[in-house]
Amino acid sequence: MAAYSPEVIATHGLKPDEYEKVVEILGREPSWTELGIFSVMWSEHCSYKSSRLHLRKLPTRSQRVLQGPGENAGIIDIGGGYGIAFKIESHNHPSFIEPFQGAATGVGGILRDIFTMGARPLAVLDALRFGTLEDPGAGARNARIVEGVVSGISHYGNCFGVPTIGGECVFEECYNGNPLVNVFALGVIQRDKIFYGKAYGPGNPVIYVGARTGRDGIHGASMASAEFTEESQQKRPNVQVGDPFMEKLLLEACLEAMQTGAIVGIQDMGAAGLTCSTCEMSSRAGTGMEVDLDLVPQREAGMTPYEIMLSESQERMLLVAEKGRENEIFDVFRKWGLEAATIGVVTGDGRLIVRDKGQVVADLPSREVADEAPVYDRPQTRPYRTHPVERGSAIPVSNDLTRDLHTLVSSADLCSKAWIFEQYDYMVRTNTTAGPAVAEAAVIRIKETGTSVAMSLDGNARYCYLDPREGTRLVVAECCRNLSTVGAEPVATTNNLNFGNPERPEIMAQLVESIEGLSEACEFFQVPVTGGNVSLYNETLGTPIFPTPVVGIVGLLPTAPPVGIAFRNSDRFVMLLGGLGPCDDVRFGGTQYAKQVLNDLWGLPPALDMEYERRVQKAIRQITGEGLVESAHDLSDGGLGVALAECCIAGRMGARIDLDSDLRPEFLLFGEAPSRILVSSATPDRIQSIAESFGIPVVTLGVTMREHLVVRNRNLPLVHTKVEALRRDWADALEQKLESRW
Amino acid sequence: MKVGVIVFPGSNCDHDAWYAVAHDLGQHAEFIWHDSERLGDVDAVILPGGFSYGDYLRCGAIARFSPVMSAIRKFASEGGLVLGICNGFQILVESGLLPGALLRNEGLKFLCKPVQLSVETTESPFTHGAEKGQILTVPIAHGEGNYFADERTLDELAAEDRIALRYVTPCNGSRRNIAGILNRDRNVMGMMPHPERAAEPLMGSTDGLVILRSLVSAAVVR
Repeated sequence: MAAYSPEVIATHGLKPDEYEKVVEILGREPSWTELGIFSVMWSEHCSYKSSRLHLRKLPTRSQRVLQGPGENAGIIDIGGGYGIAFKIESHNHPSFIEPFQGAATGVGGILRDIFTMGARPLAVLDALRFGTLEDPGAGARNARIVEGVVSGISHYGNCFGVPTIGGECVFEECYNGNPLVNVFALGVIQRDKIFYGKAYGPGNPVIYVGARTGRDGIHGASMASAEFTEESQQKRPNVQVGDPFMEKLLLEACLEAMQTGAIVGIQDMGAAGLTCSTCEMSSRAGTGMEVDLDLVPQREAGMTPYEIMLSESQERMLLVAEKGRENEIFDVFRKWGLEAATIGVVTGDGRLIVRDKGQVVADLPSREVADEAPVYDRPQTRPYRTHPVERGSAIPVSNDLTRDLHTLVSSADLCSKAWIFEQYDYMVRTNTTAGPAVAEAAVIRIKETGTSVAMSLDGNARYCYLDPREGTRLVVAECCRNLSTVGAEPVATTNNLNFGNPERPEIMAQLVESIEGLSEACEFFQVPVTGGNVSLYNETLGTPIFPTPVVGIVGLLPTAPPVGIAFRNSDRFVMLLGGLGPCDDVRFGGTQYAKQVLNDLWGLPPALDMEYERRVQKAIRQITGEGLVESAHDLSDGGLGVALAECCIAGRMGARIDLDSDLRPEFLLFGEAPSRILVSSATPDRIQSIAESFGIPVVTLGVTMREHLVVRNRNLPLVHTKVEALRRDWADALEQKLESRW
Repeated sequence: MKVGVIVFPGSNCDHDAWYAVAHDLGQHAEFIWHDSERLGDVDAVILPGGFSYGDYLRCGAIARFSPVMSAIRKFASEGGLVLGICNGFQILVESGLLPGALLRNEGLKFLCKPVQLSVETTESPFTHGAEKGQILTVPIAHGEGNYFADERTLDELAAEDRIALRYVTPCNGSRRNIAGILNRDRNVMGMMPHPERAAEPLMGSTDGLVILRSLVSAAVVR
């Protein structure tokens, strides 16, 4: 056995002490293939070595949770004998290097996680973060990344046949060199037909299905575990290439093969490919596995065992069948025109043995490789922020709040995202009852149960940067509020934690604070975490992104036409559940107004009272459930002013609003205090009494009317504008910003 | 009355078409696999949306050679009713059952949204339940729906009253805003919009049922 130079070990992403642990586990120096296997399995991406210790703090149980973290996806019970499987995954690094394929394969990867468990994917949502389009240096590149990512998602999801029904998209300078592409997918599954990535039964055959193995994507997982440098573009060959048609075949064939009853366990080959699937499947079942690489279908000749084991070629699955029933599975895959080959056997000795041309090229203990990766309690230090709590000078008095409102609705963050979502097929499978931009959450009906599922993805990196713990709690609260606003009961959470380099103590502090905030809020709102993803090292040339936890929460509701955000009729009462809310100089610094109008960031995020928030959510669920409102829109980015504008734009309807508040106009219109929901209704009295029963205020602000949005505070005019003018500024802004960059 | 829904490996609106016919219209519908050489005892056939064999080549260019398309050609030549939706329209055009071609959308992007269609003729088994000039709200979802034919063919289509549906507002660059056309015998129709996605109040529109109901009642009569 050859020993390796420190450089070779370092390029495999292993620290000297990690390498020593490898030697200790094996009792010898690793072979070249084994070194590769440890390199990917112990990468941050696969092993969660920096976050694992802290992720244990998350609540993961409830009566509805059928499958918590640790499997390919989480599953919750939705009644009627069915469950839903859902998860979120990032494909940030590949999407920067090769936006189209990076994003496309991100969609492909998460879809496989869902159908691996036996669930048919029914919905995709995306949380996207890009650098600013206005940036004089990076704007043009950012625009190309936007275009590439969106067309990559569109290409893969549309062809596969899953509707992309919502998400969010934010632009911020910190993502200039490091865009975020977080893809959430959800599928429906029969409760008694859940499949796991477990290789039970020594003697059972190990079967490889799907696309052939090529040299693409080798070390993708390791790439995702390092910061970007100027040489990162050379890693383009590390990005995989997706084939959505192949994935569609794989979906149908896998679901059909599962019906035969001959499948014991199944797992997709995603990050770290054949290595990860063989190690994890045998480790979870407490078994071992022997595979012969000569039997692996290969795209090109002359691949080394190292390359075959580390390839991240897409659209491949590994499954374990009941011995003697292989042909039932082969028949199904043949029908769908897919390749399937027995490449090995499950063993009882806990070892993963890999042969190539008769030689043993790797012989490792599965459990140690899969589960005994180093776990770090990395040092954490404050401060994790450099922006001041107090703004250097007084917040300027606006001389034109109407113009400010137009500025906000035409900003890249708040303008219409139709340019993006119209490229996605958001209706295929005819389940979408609330698609993009219709309501506070995306909603699909489940044909099998006659009930519906609502989904919301949320993140607010400015809040989280100013205070990672409170910011993350606010994100969870907003996500639950969005679901409640459409009448859904939030039930479970998945999350994608996007952070910088955890080896830097101030970044580690952000991560820990955020996880603890997530834990507190998920515990409080009773939305246990059933899985997720951690993406670290999101930095380029030493500049980290803002801490960006993205939370995806699902909720359950009866099937009915959902309450949208649009003001639908004139002469309806416009009411604000939760009241006008507080705001002050410090709590104004993380708002969209501070960003878009003042071009500044300071202070703290808005204050959250979770107990109060919960009562507001209960109230709106009852109000929506009783059918008392024609529209409902929670106040978030841009506060009351932007929410009013959005309700007006969506319904092509105006409103006359008369406020009564001591707050200065900027705070009153654009403060972002949480726990507030704007509704329109013909039955204000009943809403009043429901609000009272939950002990929360509700203020009648005015009435809807045609054409104009007029807002006054104690007879002082604040905003006076035509809805069509707002709509024009809002509708085409994104396309114009992108086009000006092409 | 039985409707056959053709399933290519990459069809992804097959279930939606089946559901609209079986659930929303309460008719019998069954799937027909792409390598079938016979259609069985169906009274009408729907070629659903999707990506037939991946469509990495021109959409529908490979599907035209599939065994089931030989059966559909025969079925159509005997007067059988064939409705091609989206990818189904592309396949009918590639197969020569309908004239013209479907190019990439003018904006070169996939486009998914509800659009307004006007019913240009009611003299067909697919539109006889509508009023001439009736406006239907039905979604589109395609990257290659830009209908193209030479001027002579377009004039011929118009003269023979074979333009069944037009977009009220241009959306993908289609010549003369064509959204759906008929063959000369009027028993084959291709349309880019998805009537099966507008078949329940819950989906926001039931206007697609005008077309699917027409098809079903015409099939019963035959």
